[in-house]
Amino acid sequence: MSKKLFSLNQDRSLFPPNRPDGTIDVDLSSHKYLKIWHGPQHPGITGNMSLELTLLGDEVMDCETHVGYLHRGFEKLMERRKYIQCFPIVCRVAVPEPDFNEYCFASAMEELAGIEIPEAAKWLRTLVLEMARLQSYLMWIGGQGSAFGMGIVGQWTNYCRDLVLDRFEELTGGRIYHMFIIPGGVRGLLPDGFRERMEETLQTVERFMKDVHSTMFNNAVFKKRSVGMGVIDPSWINRFGIVGPNARAAGVPLDVRKDYPYLKYPELDFEPVTGRDSDIYTRADVRRRDLLLTVDLIRQIMAKTPDSGEIRAKTPNVLHWKVPAGETYSRAECTRGEFGYYMVSDGSEYPRRVNVRGPSYTHAVALLEKMIINVNLADVAGLMVSLHTYPPEIER
Amino acid sequence: MSKEDLEKRTVYSPDGEPIEIDPLNDYFLDRRPESYAPRNGVIEQFANWARAESLWVLGFGTGCGAIEMRPLMTPRFDAYRFGIQWRPTPRQSSVFVISGYLSVKTLKRVIRSYEQMQNPRFVVALGSCTINGGMYWDSYNTINRLDHYLPVDVYIAGCMPRPEALLAGFEELKKRIKAGKGDGANKYAENFDWYKANQKKIIKDWDMPDYNW
Amino acid sequence: MNQMTMEYTINQLKQLNGAQDHRYQREGLDFITLPKAYAVEAITRLRDHEGFAHLVLLTAVDWLEQGQFQLTYLLNNPVKKQDLGIRVLIPRETPVMDSIHLLWGQAATYQRELHEMFGIDFPGSPRVDQPFILEGWDEMPPYRRDFDTKKYAEETYFPRPGRSSNDPTEYMKHQLYPDE
Repeated sequence: MSKKLFSLNQDRSLFPPNRPDGTIDVDLSSHKYLKIWHGPQHPGITGNMSLELTLLGDEVMDCETHVGYLHRGFEKLMERRKYIQCFPIVCRVAVPEPDFNEYCFASAMEELAGIEIPEAAKWLRTLVLEMARLQSYLMWIGGQGSAFGMGIVGQWTNYCRDLVLDRFEELTGGRIYHMFIIPGGVRGLLPDGFRERMEETLQTVERFMKDVHSTMFNNAVFKKRSVGMGVIDPSWINRFGIVGPNARAAGVPLDVRKDYPYLKYPELDFEPVTGRDSDIYTRADVRRRDLLLTVDLIRQIMAKTPDSGEIRAKTPNVLHWKVPAGETYSRAECTRGEFGYYMVSDGSEYPRRVNVRGPSYTHAVALLEKMIINVNLADVAGLMVSLHTYPPEIER
Repeated sequence: MSKEDLEKRTVYSPDGEPIEIDPLNDYFLDRRPESYAPRNGVIEQFANWARAESLWVLGFGTGCGAIEMRPLMTPRFDAYRFGIQWRPTPRQSSVFVISGYLSVKTLKRVIRSYEQMQNPRFVVALGSCTINGGMYWDSYNTINRLDHYLPVDVYIAGCMPRPEALLAGFEELKKRIKAGKGDGANKYAENFDWYKANQKKIIKDWDMPDYNW
Repeated sequence: MNQMTMEYTINQLKQLNGAQDHRYQREGLDFITLPKAYAVEAITRLRDHEGFAHLVLLTAVDWLEQGQFQLTYLLNNPVKKQDLGIRVLIPRETPVMDSIHLLWGQAATYQRELHEMFGIDFPGSPRVDQPFILEGWDEMPPYRRDFDTKKYAEETYFPRPGRSSNDPTEYMKHQLYPDE
C-alpha cells in the first residue's frame, strides 16, 4: 500500500487547474465531478459542521468548510453579565471538557485582579483538569473507533467515561457541567472515601484500555485504513498554528503543561508523549498513551493532594467586583491542544471583551481544507475525528 | 450548487426547445401536509402500542444535549431495551429529539429533517433551552420557544438532564402515545400557516420548498 | 535571559516601527501598540527574524467611547516561550486593515470572522465576504458595542411570558441594607 504523503510540492498536473487565489477550477457541467454536502449530521465528529466536497470518483478534490450551526454569541453574552454570572455559561463553550474553560477564565480574572489562590485549591484544580482530560480522551477513542467501523470500542470507553463522571458527580455535584473552579479557588474538598473509589475507577480504565489496545491498535483493518493517511508535515506546524497531540504526533513536543507551567504541574513527574510519523494511526496511539499518562498523573495528584486546608482566597464581594483595567491571555492544555482566553477589562463590573481561542479553530477549518485533498470519501469521517475537531469552540 | 440555480429560469432541451423550470416549486413540491384520522377502536390501540414500543430516534445532535444521548446507547443506561434506536436518516425514524438550543442555521436543517419524517412523528424537547431559551435567552442567534416552530410532545427539563431523566421522558412519551394523544404531526398540519410564518420570520434566506416531504 | 531578548525586541519595535504604550503583563507576556501603517511589516519581521513563528489569535476589541477598534495580534515564540500582543488601533467609521493571510494559514479564518462580527474589512483575504458563522444576517455586525442583543432577542424570538429578572446589586442591597 503506497503512502499517501501530501507535500506542498506535489505534481499537480493531473489535478484540476488552480486559480491564483488557491481555489480549484472545477467544471461541474463536465459530468466528471460530483459535489456533495457532507452535512451537519454525520458520523464524523461530535458536533455540527458541514463540508462541501467536490469529488472525482471517490476522491476529494476540493473542500469548503461551513460552520456556525452552534453559534450562541458567547462573547457578546459575556459582556452583558458580571464576572461571576459568566461562570455558568463559560462551561458550555467546549462541552466535553468544561473545566478548562472555567480554569482559563478564572485564572485570567485572578491575574488581572492580582489574587493568589491557596495550595489546596491548586491541587484540586489540577485534579479536576486531569479528570476532565481523562473522560474526554475516553470519548474520543470511542469516536475514532466508530468512524472506522469498530463500534465496540465506543461502548467500552463510554462505559469507563460514565464511571469517571460518577466521580465528578461525587466531587462537584454535576455530571457534565461542574462549575467547580470559581474565582479565588474551588468549591469544596475531596469527600470521604473518594481516593479509594478513584483508584477503583482508574484500575477499571486500565483494564478496558488493554482490551481497546488489542482490539483497535493491533487490528489489521484499522492499520490498513489509517497508516500513511492524513499526514501532517512538521513544517506546517507553525504555518497553520497546530497544537496539541496533532503536533506531538509529528514529533514536535508542544505541551503547555511543560512549556508554560501552571498550577501544580512543575511538581508532577511526566514527559510529553510524542510520535514519529504523523498519520492517523500515530495520532490515535499518541492519544492512547496520553490517556495512560493521565491515569498516572491522577495517581500522583491523589497521593499529594491535602485533605484539608483553605480552598478559597479572600476575594471582594463577587457581585460588586470591579476587576482592574488591563488585558491578559491565559492558557491551559486541553485534550486538543492549547486552549486560551484573551480577556480585556476596563475596570467595571462587566468584562469588556473575552475571546476564546479554541484549538479546533485552526485544525478544522484551515488545516482540514488542505489535508482532505485526495482522501477517499469513506475516510473523511476518520480524518475529521483524528484531528479531534470540536465545532462549538470554532464558532462559540 | 449556488443560489442562482434555485431561481426560475428557462433551460433548453437537447432539441433546442425552451422549458420553463422553477426548482423550488416543482410540480410535486407545493403540497401541504395533511392530518391523518385515527382508525377506530382496537386497531388504533394496537397501532399506538406498536408505535410506542418501537420509537426510532433520528441521530441528529443539535446542541449540547447530544452529549447526554451518547450514554443511552451504552449498556449502563440502555435505551435499546425499550425499543429505542438511533437511526441515521429521517425516513427511518419517528422521534426527533431536539437536544438543547437551536441556532437559526440549525433550525432550518431541523425543519427540513422534521418534515421529511413520516407520520406519525413526535418531537421530544430536551433541556431548558427549548422551554424558554435557557441561559441563552438574550442571544441573537438562538431561539427561545421551540413550540412556536415545531409541535412538541414532551419537554424534559434540566441542563443537562441525566440519562435517567431522558428515559423518564421517553416513558412519558410512550404513555401519551398509548393514550392516543401523540398527535404532534396533526397539530403541525392544522396550524401549518402559523408555524410557517414563525419560521420564515427568523429564517431570512428561505431557499427550500414550503413543505419538504 | 528571556526578558533581555524581549527588551531587545521591544526596543527594535520602538525604534524601527514607532511602537508605543508598552505594558509588561507578566513573565513572558508583553503588550505593545503599533501604528497601523507599520503593523504588517513589523509582524513579518517578528515572524522571520525574531522567531515569533506562531500566531495564537487575532481578535478585535470595540472601544466605542474612543471611536476605535483595537485589533490584537497575539504572537508566540515557541523556542523562547514568549508571547507578544500587538495592538493596532483603527478608526471605527472605516475599519480597514491590511491582511496577513499570506503569513499564516489560519489568519484567513480569523479575518473572515472579524469581517462578519465587527465589520472590519481585510481586502485580499480569501473568502472574506462570504458569511462564516451567521446565515441570512442583515443587521449590523453583532459584536459591536452598539448592537443590543437583548432587545433583538426579545423582538425576534418569542420570549415566554412570566420571566422576572432581579438585578443582583439592587436585590442584595435591599436585603442587606433595607433602610437605605
